[in-house]
Amino acid sequence: MAIARVNPTRMELTRLKGRLKTATRGHKLLKDKSDEMIRQFMLLIRRNLSLRMEVEKELKKVLGSFMLAKAVSSKTDIEEAVAVPGKRVKIKSGSKNVMSVEVPAFIVDASENGEEYPYGFASVTGELDSCIGAMGDLLPKMIELAEVEKSCNMLADEIEKNRRRVNALEYVMIPEFQETIKYITMKLDEAERANTIRLMKVKSMIEGRK
Amino acid sequence: MSEKSSIAALGDADTVFAFKAAGADAYAVMNEAEAREKLRILARNYDIIFITEQFAEKLPDLIARYKTRPFPAVIPIPSVSGSTGYGRKLVKADVEKAIGTDILQVEEKKDD
Repeated sequence: MAIARVNPTRMELTRLKGRLKTATRGHKLLKDKSDEMIRQFMLLIRRNLSLRMEVEKELKKVLGSFMLAKAVSSKTDIEEAVAVPGKRVKIKSGSKNVMSVEVPAFIVDASENGEEYPYGFASVTGELDSCIGAMGDLLPKMIELAEVEKSCNMLADEIEKNRRRVNALEYVMIPEFQETIKYITMKLDEAERANTIRLMKVKSMIEGRK
Repeated sequence: MSEKSSIAALGDADTVFAFKAAGADAYAVMNEAEAREKLRILARNYDIIFITEQFAEKLPDLIARYKTRPFPAVIPIPSVSGSTGYGRKLVKADVEKAIGTDILQVEEKKDD
């Protein structure tokens, strides 16, 4: 491990010891954060996967019946029926804090309620009605999926960043500090010994002159 | 922000039709270039954008850019012609990114 270029002085030693202490503490804190983030992530990702499976399955069914509904009526009739949207789905978006990661939170805003079936019932078949109903039921679930999936995306990113920090501390910073501290301690001890020897030598020289 | 806080759907005409009927804003596109252009515009105005997997697969660079931001949430969905499994692949990619290995694989096999 590389030793940082430092002056082997007592002051430098104290400074490095302080930094080592901070780094160790930071490493422990970040590691705890990482553990908790992974726990949260696991909860979210399980929910994400099951939601996605559900949504994909149901959406496939609904889209299939939409195709059927389109096939039964004439194309112009159907397009006319949905040309003017009746109920527009509105969402309120806020943000949630998961382990200091700002993730979005969507709430379906039900206040703006229009007509769900904005067309004359004469021109289109009942199939379209049930399709629109099913789609309307599915949308809240899809919005939840959006929220959960986004949270997972962001959390995964944050976990990766955090892991880099933890690893940098654990495998680079802390060992470097330890090595450098060891180096300075040895240098200082060496200087101490040299000093003692010099004193002894001087003393014996003085005694030999008498 | 009057237009913000609603939902957009981007994809082939047949798929987005269903979303339009349910009250989301639908944008039908024909090809990749059009989708790219449209997604860029939509990202400024919508919080949730559902995009069909067929198009999502072709625009991974653009979607990745929105991934780490809170808004918009770009969510791939299967289209009329069925799921390509791209959405699930992204979930797995997330797990691999966060944990290091795909630990959900084992659980999924149990479900099948």
